[in-house]
Amino acid sequence: MKADAFSLPADSGCGAPPEREVLRERGQREVFCGLTGIVWLHRKMQDAFFLVVGSRTCAHLLQSAAGVMIFAEPRFATAIIEERDLAGMADCHEELDRVVDRLLARRPEIRQLFLVGSCPSEVIKLDLGKAAERLGAKHAGQVRILNYSGSGIETTFTEGEDACLASLVPVMPASAPDAAPQLLLVGSLPDIVEDQFLRLFAQLGIENVGVLPARTADGLPAIGPNTRILLAQPFLGETAQALEGRGGQRIDAPFPFGAEGTTAWLKAAVQAFGIDEMHASAVIAPGRERAKRALEHHREKLAGKRISFLPDSQLEVPLARFLATELGMEPVEVGTPYLNRKLVARDLDQLPETTRISEGQDVDRQLDRVRADRPDLTVCGLGLANPLEAEGLSTKWAIELVFSPIHGFEQAGDLAELFARPLRRRDVLQV
Amino acid sequence: MQLSVWTYEGPPHVGAMRVATAMRGVHYLLHAPQGDTYADLLFTMIERRNARPPVTYTTFQARDLGKDTADLFQRAARDAYARFDPQVMLVGSSCTAELIQDDPAGMAEAMRLPCPVVPLELPSYSRKENWGAGETFYQIVRHLADRDVRPTARDGRKPLVNILGPAALGFRHRDDVREVRGILNRLGIDVNCVAPLGASPADIARIGAADFNIVLYPEIGDSAARWLEREFKQPRTKTVPLGVGATREFIAEVAALAGVDPEPARADGESRMPWWSRSVDSTYLTGKRVFVFGDATHAVAAARVAHEELGFKVVGLGCYNREFAREVRDAARAYGVEPLITDDHLEVEDAIAAAAPELVLGTQMERHIAKRQGVPCAVISAPVHVQDFPARHSPQMGFEGANVLFDTWAHPLVMGLEEHLLTMFREDFEFSDDAGASHLAAHSPSRHAEPVSASSAPTAPTFQEEDWTPGQVRGDDEDTLWTAEAEAELKKIPFFVRGKAKRNTETYASEQGRAAIDLETLYDAKAHYAR
Repeated sequence: MKADAFSLPADSGCGAPPEREVLRERGQREVFCGLTGIVWLHRKMQDAFFLVVGSRTCAHLLQSAAGVMIFAEPRFATAIIEERDLAGMADCHEELDRVVDRLLARRPEIRQLFLVGSCPSEVIKLDLGKAAERLGAKHAGQVRILNYSGSGIETTFTEGEDACLASLVPVMPASAPDAAPQLLLVGSLPDIVEDQFLRLFAQLGIENVGVLPARTADGLPAIGPNTRILLAQPFLGETAQALEGRGGQRIDAPFPFGAEGTTAWLKAAVQAFGIDEMHASAVIAPGRERAKRALEHHREKLAGKRISFLPDSQLEVPLARFLATELGMEPVEVGTPYLNRKLVARDLDQLPETTRISEGQDVDRQLDRVRADRPDLTVCGLGLANPLEAEGLSTKWAIELVFSPIHGFEQAGDLAELFARPLRRRDVLQV
Repeated sequence: MQLSVWTYEGPPHVGAMRVATAMRGVHYLLHAPQGDTYADLLFTMIERRNARPPVTYTTFQARDLGKDTADLFQRAARDAYARFDPQVMLVGSSCTAELIQDDPAGMAEAMRLPCPVVPLELPSYSRKENWGAGETFYQIVRHLADRDVRPTARDGRKPLVNILGPAALGFRHRDDVREVRGILNRLGIDVNCVAPLGASPADIARIGAADFNIVLYPEIGDSAARWLEREFKQPRTKTVPLGVGATREFIAEVAALAGVDPEPARADGESRMPWWSRSVDSTYLTGKRVFVFGDATHAVAAARVAHEELGFKVVGLGCYNREFAREVRDAARAYGVEPLITDDHLEVEDAIAAAAPELVLGTQMERHIAKRQGVPCAVISAPVHVQDFPARHSPQMGFEGANVLFDTWAHPLVMGLEEHLLTMFREDFEFSDDAGASHLAAHSPSRHAEPVSASSAPTAPTFQEEDWTPGQVRGDDEDTLWTAEAEAELKKIPFFVRGKAKRNTETYASEQGRAAIDLETLYDAKAHYAR
């Protein structure tokens, strides 16, 4: 087990300011696995079905994470590996074919099927890539069959979306070498937020905008050397790399949280497309002002309050940036399951020097630090929230930040409210 | 491979967590990959516990495979021991660790931890949660029970019992234990230990001091109780006190085993349920068709209460835990129904649709099935959601439990007087379909009730195509021809019995070989099926 010491990373960027110290820990992790991404991805991709090949534990996890959603004919399920499947591999593939055939017969409206790997399927080395190929050929013309891994041994929570989107990159159509510049917005966003951004891009004069993931199978955007990639989520390292591998160029930007974050994100796109700054400012101003007014309501409650993040989604660094620079909060520790320095550089730079950045987790040691720090608010998972409340520490459960619309100008106030509400509730309760 | 969206039970290590979390001074070291900690939130959110479950996960990742997972395990074991200072450690594997073939039992033994270690073998690919809980509790009792502890001589002392089975995440276990303690108190019987809920390893060590065992939840307590019966000669109870009749029998059984007079408990704790059930407002409950599904213990008990104590007709009975299927088969035979032993919720859904019940008693899953089919429902068994871990005292067992059952099951049904009024005023604007059914707002589509003046009210009901709910009123039998008049008449029947009326009429028509269903057929069928 690594000592409780700050360690300098070996690879520091050339010419950049010295990289800040990061506390790296290994030990018990209190996080979701990548399978959880299915719960929001299947809402976004309307004709996709997610078939997990895993154990009863995987099915139980999805059921626990999906809550009541599980009863509304969800487009996900688990092919539960049983004892007889473990006896021989050939049998396993036949079984999978049988399950997929039955599934597609029952749900003829499905156009994309993701075979999602789990810890058990990875450990027994069930080749889902090959299975996807075989089944894809069999059901060609009707349904596209892809595969990715959402296993806990490889992915943490939102990394499941990264793995899913990366699996879509090879099947994206290639744009012509001489095609007009195209903007590719990457990362699943609630439809309402996506629509707001698309409207803003149109007003800014960026007409050719693709979205990954697309809402339907045939809406998959093109990719090529003329594509500029704008990430809406910080956890998309693998997807970004795959897109760059097909010629796309990433626009470096902070993430669109709050009035300033969203402004900087849009302006980065504006610069990449050579749009007139005056025009851009005029388009952006109304939303930016609205967002600032909405944030003002919460500033009084949140300014000066100390906040710690436990690792969960990789949204921690951008959100801490938002809370620090736009609401005057003081981030004490910002934990992230994985720190992709390149992608969150613009947010990381704006965090106060005093903030402790940690990557990975040894949950018991981290909780010791939370108890010693006694922040006003701790952002953590549902397995830890009530126990910390019982110790007198106010918490904000992290998973809500992934399911709620929080990006962009119009959601800035709602995002602040998510953090203000637990504090308000703590003050109002007299029992 | 089994295609599954919803599972009635988690994997067996979740059962082990339920036992570890229920106890004090126990820590469970689970060899498991990153992500399996999701199960923590079942305890902190659904049961609303104020502390983390006493479980340490080794959290191995892909890069650890093939080299140091064993090392990881031993470090985690040392750290967990140092931090939590448990009196006993449980060690075992989750489903993935089972595949990588580390040997938690052997590794823990080699470490010579300074506390007793109970190794758990929980086959994840063939067994499930309840089995895991029962096996874990059995292993704990086997390893920890002190064989030298036996009951003292009886002269003068009160009888002493163990209460076995209640656990964390158990449906109403907290309140059932309180009710059963009350009964024992009135009988003048002392409790040696309740386990696993609230028990420490020291309590388990002294389990042999009791004269006999009370098994509240056979799914979790039976294996341990059978072993104690063999090894310690402690008899065990066979009656689960769910319902008035079963509670009376339970009191008699316990009093006989203890050699005490049963009367104090019978006379003192009489339930209000028998009178509620006899009062005239309950007459409408007679013969209500009820479908029962859950874990075997709760399902069998619920069927008995429904049949003997509320006057319902049991039209379906089943359970999801195969281990106790025999009890369900026996009970189903008694009610003349086909037992349904399955963990496939789609099969349950089909069986409910086929039985066309007026009330479903089941789990959280049946609650949603019933909602979709527009049938009232009450929850009688795990798995349940957060609302079924209530703040208020809400037992299922004992006489207070029987009161709770009456209220909980009768509530979703339309009350007698209300049902009478609905029938009487079925064409009244406030009671028509279009007004919706406010008393069942959660179950019916919301429609606006618009006042209709006497002059504008249609003299004959007009049938609107869009008013028909597909599958509920029309559509399952394409060959059946309803005349417009008969269809309109059918629509006047309250929606919650209309499905059955339609089905009965169609069956009758086909049996009688009638080509079309007209008003005559409708009422002939009604007379034919009159009960």
